Amino acid sequence: MTTPMPTKRPPRQRLSFSLQNERFRALLWQIAVVGIAVLFIAWLWSNAVHNLSVRRISTGFAFLGREAGMPITDTWLAYSPKDTYLHAFMVGIVNTLRVAVIGIVLATILGTAVGIARLSSNWLLSRLAAIYVEALRDIPLLLQLLVWYVLMQGLPPARGAWKPIEGVFLSNRGLIVPAIPLDGGQFWVIGAAVLGFILFYLLRRRLIALQVQDGKARRIWPHGILLVIVLPALLSWVLGISWAVTFPELRGFNFVGGWSFAPEYFALLIALVTYTSAFIAEIVRSGIQAVPRGQWDAAVALGLRKSFVLRQIVLPQALRVIIPPMTSQYLNLTKNSSLAVAIGYQDIVSIANTTLNQTGQAIEAIALIMAVFLTISLGISLFMNWYNAHIALVER
Amino acid sequence: MATTADAPRPSSRPRTGWDAHPVLRWLRANLFSSIPSTVITLLLFALLAKMVVGFAQWGIWDAIWTVPGNDTGACRAARGVGACWAVIPEKYRFILFGTYPYDEQWRPALATLVFIALFYVSSLRFFWRKELVLIWAAALSLIGLLMWGGIFGLTFVSQDRWGGLPVTLVLATFGLAFGFPLGILVALGRRSKMPAIRSLCVLYVELIRGVPLISLLFMASVMFPLFMPDGVNIDKLLRAQIAIVLYAGAYLAEVVRGGLQAVPRGQHEAAEALGLSYWQRQRLIVLPQAIRHVIPPLVNTFIAFFKDTSLVLIIGIFDLLTTAKTAIIDPAWQAFSVEVYIFVALIYFAFCFAMSRYSRHLETQGKQGA
Repeated sequence: MTTPMPTKRPPRQRLSFSLQNERFRALLWQIAVVGIAVLFIAWLWSNAVHNLSVRRISTGFAFLGREAGMPITDTWLAYSPKDTYLHAFMVGIVNTLRVAVIGIVLATILGTAVGIARLSSNWLLSRLAAIYVEALRDIPLLLQLLVWYVLMQGLPPARGAWKPIEGVFLSNRGLIVPAIPLDGGQFWVIGAAVLGFILFYLLRRRLIALQVQDGKARRIWPHGILLVIVLPALLSWVLGISWAVTFPELRGFNFVGGWSFAPEYFALLIALVTYTSAFIAEIVRSGIQAVPRGQWDAAVALGLRKSFVLRQIVLPQALRVIIPPMTSQYLNLTKNSSLAVAIGYQDIVSIANTTLNQTGQAIEAIALIMAVFLTISLGISLFMNWYNAHIALVER
Repeated sequence: MATTADAPRPSSRPRTGWDAHPVLRWLRANLFSSIPSTVITLLLFALLAKMVVGFAQWGIWDAIWTVPGNDTGACRAARGVGACWAVIPEKYRFILFGTYPYDEQWRPALATLVFIALFYVSSLRFFWRKELVLIWAAALSLIGLLMWGGIFGLTFVSQDRWGGLPVTLVLATFGLAFGFPLGILVALGRRSKMPAIRSLCVLYVELIRGVPLISLLFMASVMFPLFMPDGVNIDKLLRAQIAIVLYAGAYLAEVVRGGLQAVPRGQHEAAEALGLSYWQRQRLIVLPQAIRHVIPPLVNTFIAFFKDTSLVLIIGIFDLLTTAKTAIIDPAWQAFSVEVYIFVALIYFAFCFAMSRYSRHLETQGKQGA
């Protein structure tokens, strides 16, 4: 790598209209390349306009207001086939985000655990982690997804569902877990807990800053319990909100009650999480290995516990190496969620594809897919860049 | 959790019991060094034993290896208990070569061997020179000749009858062969001083990398015909190939750009001082150094393409995964898809594992050399 040196740039050559002149040549090159690109796109566009008029397909996004008429089975938003295409697209976006966000969280947890396991001093653990990583990385995700889906379909029917824990059922109808019926009141309490967590985070920063100033140790966790648990619990008691858990029951051929995750969703989530976790494990491993050994030795010499050293000394330093490649894994997971179309989980790509088949609006449908993914990618990149700047080394 | 940096402590105890034998010492240091470690070892061992025994029972002892004719009664009886490997000898020709004419299937088989030989030759340091381009051109033409035929007494086989492993290899290898020069041009463009060219390259790379490959493949399969003039009808495989080349170009451009950034500025300046033109500088001085830097990430990118070609399943092109999925549409064998998927997974794994080993080998070599 070269370090940027403040060099004196030579004065720019004056533009003169001769091929001997460097600036003029650069200008010609750019005009030529941009001109070819523009002509090429114009040619494609004129073909498209001609073809569309021959096929009597009207361009534009007017079709979004028409009735979609496609069934979507697994949704979080209320939806019926009578709703518009725009609404169907919204459902698709929510379905994509629902897989991507939960997948990113789970893949990070699993990947970090496997990455740390690979560095374990326990030979068996580190070997098994290495086999896990190698096996998952070297098989196409789509193949893994199809296998998970076949296995999911091979599960016993609802009547003979597996019951690993009371109230949790795994069958070819997917995963059913006990639910807390949400009727609005609970959201206030959850909101209070989130608010309490933010307050606790700010308070913690303040207390640590005070401790750095005067050296007096302060208890931090009691504030956390008060803000995150006690106060919301009090609020819940005052408002008289019920947290009764309803257990799913088998009635006839299907389950009633509980939260259910469709087999398609579950297969997609497992495939994305396990596949991405293998890559994240490698990133975490190399990140931890990038922390100089002296940091371990110095912390151990201070008499700190090993788990404390890992959490407080090594991981924060490793994070600086880990975050940039982790960002691209998050982007990959989000983009890979589009494989849903192969097993019939109705994410944005699948819904756009159905729309395309129903209306023939190929250009618009694909433009919408691209716009959605570019927006999500941009969002993740912005957040991760912010986080990266937040944890970056502050040098004196 | 027990983690690294656990240097074996010098022990002053007498060498008895655990310390008596090197194997025992190894066991103690690596499996039973502390109470948590012992617990982890025992738990994992129990889990592993259960899984291995379960898999061996399903995959070996209770498995059915052959059935008479197309009669899958025995397999069906063993369903859920044992695997039905009989599906592999029954279907492997279709999985590997798709609908390629049965009597001519030695041709795709030979083409596959040419591909493997090409990868092997490219991996040898001795061949990392300009002549490699000629070797690639020769090998790819030979593969085209074998697959299409039409001359030298080979009957012509149109590409909509191609299928299986050769198609996967064609998509990945041609994707690399055409995506790589494209990637180099775009990487140079991204570092160019001309603002219009630079922004065009940035736009291309970010647009392609921001969307999933599936959307590009959809574009190739449904949008591409709309953008062509009347009467121009490009084959489906070729359209998918174009999408993969464009996709590969964007990712390879980023890899090459990393290599370009690692070439010291002095190299550019010295080349300029010698009076070399821009293209001479890049071709003779900068690119050879830049590409050598990035060979391990290039191999990793290639592994990713190799796996990603399986996505053409979604637009209905007969690659290895699609033929596998089609093979089990046959009602007699429908229930045994897991066996077929395992077979195909092993093929993908063999290719990717060999390449990832090679890339790791290059990385350690590079570190030693530096």
